[in-house]
Amino acid sequence: MKNALQLAYLIPLFPLLGFLLNGLGRKYFSKSLIGTIGSGAILASFAVSLWVFFQVKSGNTHVAHYFNFISVGDLKIPFAFQIDQLSSLFLLIITGIGFLIHLYSTAYMHDEKPEHFGRYFAYLNLFVFSMLLLVMGANFVIMFIGWEGVGLCSYLLIGFWFRKEEYNKAASKAFIMNRIGDLAFLIALFWLINKTGTVTFLEVFSAESLSKLSDRDITVITALLFVGATGKSAQIPLYTWLPDAMAGPTPVSALIHAATMVTAGIYMIARSNVLYSMAPAVMTVIAIVGLATALLAATIALKQNDIKKVLAYSTVSQLGYMFLALGTGSYVAAVFHVMTHAFFKALMFLGSGSVIHAMGGEQDIRKMGGLSKYMKITNITFLVGCLAIAGIPGLSGFFSKDEILAGAFATSPVFYAIGLFTALLTAFYMFRLYATTFRGSFRGTHEQEHHLHESPAAMTIPLIVLAVLSIVGGYVGVPEFIAAGAHSLKDFLYPVFEPSYKILQEHHVSHETEWGLTIGSTIAILAVVIYAWTRFSKKPDLAEPQGLGKVLANKWYVDEIYDAVIVKPLNKLGALLNNIVETKVIDGIVNGVGRLVNYGGRQLRWVQSGQVGLYVLLMVLSMIVIFVLQFFFRK
Amino acid sequence: MPINYYIFLAIALFSIGVVGVLTRRNAIIIFMCIELMLNSVNLLLVAFSKMHHLAAGATPTTGIDGQLFVFFIMVVAAAEVSVGLAIIVMMYRNIHSVDVNFLNRLKH
Repeated sequence: MKNALQLAYLIPLFPLLGFLLNGLGRKYFSKSLIGTIGSGAILASFAVSLWVFFQVKSGNTHVAHYFNFISVGDLKIPFAFQIDQLSSLFLLIITGIGFLIHLYSTAYMHDEKPEHFGRYFAYLNLFVFSMLLLVMGANFVIMFIGWEGVGLCSYLLIGFWFRKEEYNKAASKAFIMNRIGDLAFLIALFWLINKTGTVTFLEVFSAESLSKLSDRDITVITALLFVGATGKSAQIPLYTWLPDAMAGPTPVSALIHAATMVTAGIYMIARSNVLYSMAPAVMTVIAIVGLATALLAATIALKQNDIKKVLAYSTVSQLGYMFLALGTGSYVAAVFHVMTHAFFKALMFLGSGSVIHAMGGEQDIRKMGGLSKYMKITNITFLVGCLAIAGIPGLSGFFSKDEILAGAFATSPVFYAIGLFTALLTAFYMFRLYATTFRGSFRGTHEQEHHLHESPAAMTIPLIVLAVLSIVGGYVGVPEFIAAGAHSLKDFLYPVFEPSYKILQEHHVSHETEWGLTIGSTIAILAVVIYAWTRFSKKPDLAEPQGLGKVLANKWYVDEIYDAVIVKPLNKLGALLNNIVETKVIDGIVNGVGRLVNYGGRQLRWVQSGQVGLYVLLMVLSMIVIFVLQFFFRK
Repeated sequence: MPINYYIFLAIALFSIGVVGVLTRRNAIIIFMCIELMLNSVNLLLVAFSKMHHLAAGATPTTGIDGQLFVFFIMVVAAAEVSVGLAIIVMMYRNIHSVDVNFLNRLKH
């Protein structure tokens, strides 16, 4: 009998249909119809994902082969979906949170014209479709299609309001930064094909194909794949696009930051965990890059005043955490953090969208304040998100963050110290954000104050659902030292990471140490939270920053450095090529050919005299020449 | 008679023909020179045909292909002559000359 999971193609099919319908019919459909199609498509695939998840949970994993996608020589690349523990979990996150974001968007984007409304939902569905393809693909090529698809869709959505030049630039920036990473991904792919002759996950990770790879091959491939991941998942040095991606509508930010896109890199590394476990040097690099990104982004977030920018840098920082987890070999912790982060970051982005909606488009937190009086649901849900990301015990962020830090401690106490410091910074800037926005007194104009209101139900319901998830989401991964055998996520994902566990030796930290670390970090975080709350409720940070604060507010001048080191020289080189090489060399060759033909024609003109005698003479002479050649020079 | 004599005669005739075509301007003489070349070739064909026939000696039909060719060439040449002469007559009627150097309209 055919495996029931063969039906998994339905999951990406619904968003694709939604994309086609909304994309083609955007001029004819009403807004409510567009919203229904867009959200309904995702809801349908969420339903299928749930069914798939329970199938997988009951032990049924499957590679659904549909047709041969590419078949060249010995290389066969099938179009196939791999349904296992890892992908089914990601499917739930993507479609579940994706659906909430779609629902939210129906209200948030309601002021757009129907045509743009349709375009928006078409892009959103395409985005989810690409991400599903990325996660479900059973080989690197299908994954790469999705990988490029989310890059394209992020470009389209970040530049959704394309009338603003600045937004288009942000969109191009995201696209180009991603392309740099994609190039590395492609090279890794070619390398892999060259050495093993296959790209299918199960075949690549089999002992037979791994034996064909030398240590150097594995190091190069994993390093290149990691460069690809730094582009997609916004790590140093390719992270600068993510904060600029705030140019898009707020639900898009939520979609990019929480459910899709940025988790692609983490998914890819988790998927290739066997390769990474065999390349310890690359693992160390990943851990260091992740840690550096987490710290850098957290410091930048301290001084940002745009509500979405703070959240954006917090995403970069949290992604750094996930890479730290990957680099220290705690793959489960990374996937766990992807999940919990998806809950609370989507919650906070949608919450900030609700705030921006109420403030009439204002994003500067210095002009907000005291919003808790006006927006009760947004206030409470946003607070839940902040508590979760700060790592307050009992909420989801606590469990995943604690697991990552424990893994870091087992590898190196230095990693742990920096990680904990970053966690404290995170708690600080999140509560700076919260207190400045929702506490104290209102600092905006009188008109804005009059306009303040709670958002409609389509926006608050997703907030409530996500807030509940942010609270309970962590209980699937209760650490071993609190309750033995309660880490159901680890047990669930065990088959995926089993080969890696065999390669990596388990670092063991005693339960007493873990208790000590957890209690110590919790007390420190609580202290920071209380300090930030009281300080910024009373006296918000309104002054222009000075000294180091100014450097942080200007994001360590990284954009300026990139501009000076890469963009400007490239522009110069472009100008040089345009002015010198293009005009002199290329045009010179092209015009030279024309001139040569012209000149040659003028010189040979006398031959065409019309004199029959001359023609005959030439003919005879030519014949003589041919005879001579034939007789005397033939080999 | 050795075959060499025939070959030398044919080469001489052919060369005379070529030189005539190249140097003379009178269309009728050029025409005659072309005929000369054709006939030198005919001569060669017949000579070789005969030589092969003698050398093979077995059956009466060996080596007669060359002689058959010659008949074909004569027929074609005769047809060509009639057309060519007609052209020359027309040319004379139009420009009152048979000098080929006046005929440079091919240039255009």
